[in-house]
Amino acid sequence: MSKRGIVLYLHVHQPLRVRKYSIFDTAEHHDYFDESDTNSDRNNERVLRKVADKSYRPMNALLEKLLSKHPDFKVSFSITGTFIEQAEKWAPDVLESFKRLVATGRVDIVSETYYHSLAFFYSRSEFEHQVDIHRQKIKELFGIEPSVFRNTELSYNDELAKWAEGYGFKGIMAEGWDPVLEWRSPNHMYRPAGTKNISLMLKNYRLSDDVAFRFSNRAWSAWPLTADTYNEWANTSIADSSLINLFMDYETFGEHQWADTGIFNFFEDFVSRWLSNPDNTFYTTSEAVAAHQPVGEISMPHTVTWADTERDLTAWLGNNMQQEALRHLYDLEEPILRSGDLALIADWRRLQTSDHVYYMCTKWFTDGDVHAYFSPYESPYDAFLYFMNALRYVRYRLMEYHRHGGLHG
Amino acid sequence: MLGWELPPHNSGGLGVACYHMSKALALQGASIDFVVPYTAQHPDTEFMTIHAATKLGPLERYGLMGAYDSKYLRQLGLDEINGGDLYDMRGVQKRYVEYVEEMVKDKTPDAIHAHDWLTMEAGMRAKELTGSPLIVHVHATEFDRSGEKYGNPIVHEIEYQGLMMADRIIAVSNITKSIIMQKYAIPADKIDVMYNAVDIASLGTYEYDHRTYKYLESLKDEGYTVVATITRFTIQKGLTHFIRAAARASEKHDRLVFLLAGDGEQRDELIRLGAELGIADKLFFTGFVRGKQWRDAYNVADIFVMSSVSEPFGLTALEAAHHNSALIVTRQSGVGEILGNIFRYDFWDTDVLADQIVGIATSPALQQNLKENVKHEYARISWHDVANQCMQLYRRVREGVIA
Repeated sequence: MSKRGIVLYLHVHQPLRVRKYSIFDTAEHHDYFDESDTNSDRNNERVLRKVADKSYRPMNALLEKLLSKHPDFKVSFSITGTFIEQAEKWAPDVLESFKRLVATGRVDIVSETYYHSLAFFYSRSEFEHQVDIHRQKIKELFGIEPSVFRNTELSYNDELAKWAEGYGFKGIMAEGWDPVLEWRSPNHMYRPAGTKNISLMLKNYRLSDDVAFRFSNRAWSAWPLTADTYNEWANTSIADSSLINLFMDYETFGEHQWADTGIFNFFEDFVSRWLSNPDNTFYTTSEAVAAHQPVGEISMPHTVTWADTERDLTAWLGNNMQQEALRHLYDLEEPILRSGDLALIADWRRLQTSDHVYYMCTKWFTDGDVHAYFSPYESPYDAFLYFMNALRYVRYRLMEYHRHGGLHG
Repeated sequence: MLGWELPPHNSGGLGVACYHMSKALALQGASIDFVVPYTAQHPDTEFMTIHAATKLGPLERYGLMGAYDSKYLRQLGLDEINGGDLYDMRGVQKRYVEYVEEMVKDKTPDAIHAHDWLTMEAGMRAKELTGSPLIVHVHATEFDRSGEKYGNPIVHEIEYQGLMMADRIIAVSNITKSIIMQKYAIPADKIDVMYNAVDIASLGTYEYDHRTYKYLESLKDEGYTVVATITRFTIQKGLTHFIRAAARASEKHDRLVFLLAGDGEQRDELIRLGAELGIADKLFFTGFVRGKQWRDAYNVADIFVMSSVSEPFGLTALEAAHHNSALIVTRQSGVGEILGNIFRYDFWDTDVLADQIVGIATSPALQQNLKENVKHEYARISWHDVANQCMQLYRRVREGVIA
């Protein structure tokens, strides 16, 4: 019988935000990702530097400390390609600290699309390609090959699980959503419907969101949350099961929950308390898959994500501006790839990052203002406008390319 | 209630706002004596008592010389004006004040609610005579009316006195509130912001007549997008910037037409500018529109632009939203403070406006989302809520909770 343990999985991501890019820039200025306003949250360098200071540096330092102090502490990351590219430019030390963490052998990297895209829902070949290049990048940087897969925004359905099994993954991650689970607990390993050789790990969203969303909420009855209380909740939750899957954005630590909320101390204390019980441990994602047999089968024919109360893709694809933007983008796939122009292809892929369409979400006026906080644009309409202007330039470059291509035979 | 106009004798939004606000207040039990400076019939006003301060006809309310223009207003204090002199607005205002003086001799009001500089002197006088609290409701200041220039000194002086003497001030937007604070040095805590609402019922249901703008309709059939503005052609409305943006947008997208419905002192300048920029064939000047032509102008529009340099509120934007237009509004327009599903830009930033116009014209999804989503927003703003806020203000100011 395996020990009961926590799988702590942190998602590291930064998109390349499109600047205020007007129709008059289209075909003139090829710099749609370079916001010149250094005070703007569309300025990718500014955001990366800020989040590096507030979150990546202090949290990696804490994780390093916990790894050296507790032999049983483990953590897993998914790190997007768009984050890595920006960190290489503006915070190479952060990337180095991730490498040191992985070098301990107790840190796992989870596979995903390089561009944090929704390609799975638009083009299977493009999707696979992005998984491949992410794999290469992770191998090159960290020297490891992921065996567990997560799709953008933890979007998941039975089709995806079958694909992941076919690709050779041993595990896949999804939201532990009550309407799907019914009476079952997310604290076990499951088998995706229609598969044989892959395990499904489900996010314990209550315990995850206590930290990721509610920690600093003064209106919450449990505020201020102490490590003792949280440790009790975790022990109660796991009483007759084996795993607690805590999945959240890495930036929870220091960015969504600022240092002055006490999040870092809380987390450090919690790890000590959890491990003070000799029955408890931590697992990386791949260890968890290896150590725990599926207890049953779970089917999710419809796509489930970790977002919003609906746990669906409406924040990304809910309105027809979002659908129109992605339709136009993916319509370019064949001619873009045929151009063989690597810079152009990379720009086209950078526009696939799901954040771009998220910024076009209009439901926040009824859904509270959670999304608004995360948008660097004044309105979803502005986000759409700049995106479409950038997309026009990609089209323009493509046209130029194929015209020349034609001329040269 | 001291006002200058009520529908159907109004020249703009002031009369409409006064009417709906009074009606909503009456529904909450307020008994209203509403003073206007002219004599005329006002249908559907049985909820209040209307007092005519002069025997002038409604079109003479700015004085016998005709339309009001702040440039030609005489720089006279009320005591410098002879009784019986109705040459311009100052004369009419003198009569208006005298009427209000007589009126409050018999009947002390619980509150005096004065709308804009036009009635502020009467409001101050009534407060002086009765000791009743004075609420000054600012729909526009002289700074808004004069655009980027300095306005008429006597109007500025009256506004300053009125704002100083008022027990409470109501501003129609935060933009107006900040003008009152910055230009007249009035403390923030003396000012409440109450946005105007749009009375959807009064807009009614009617059949849009495709024949009114038949030519524009046939352009639309060919894939053109109609960008409209419906306003007075004065410097305050920022229309030269609008026309420059029209020219910029046309560089990027040729299926655009611009409908300029209205009239005013800037008309010839705007026509000339359009020709200079080479887009004369894309601009449609309707002249002053009323009734069916006015309503149908909103209907034919795909995009409504409020290009004002300074717009305290901007009720027409809500009317345009009601008629299924996508809205683009300057950051200098108060109505933008209560709407999220719109585009906003700085009045001078013609490239941004052009970009937004092209964006909407080239994306059916963007256009549809803007049109549909803004409707949920303005439908939430009701005169009932404004009246509620106002009744509370009357109560609090009488109880001396706020001073």
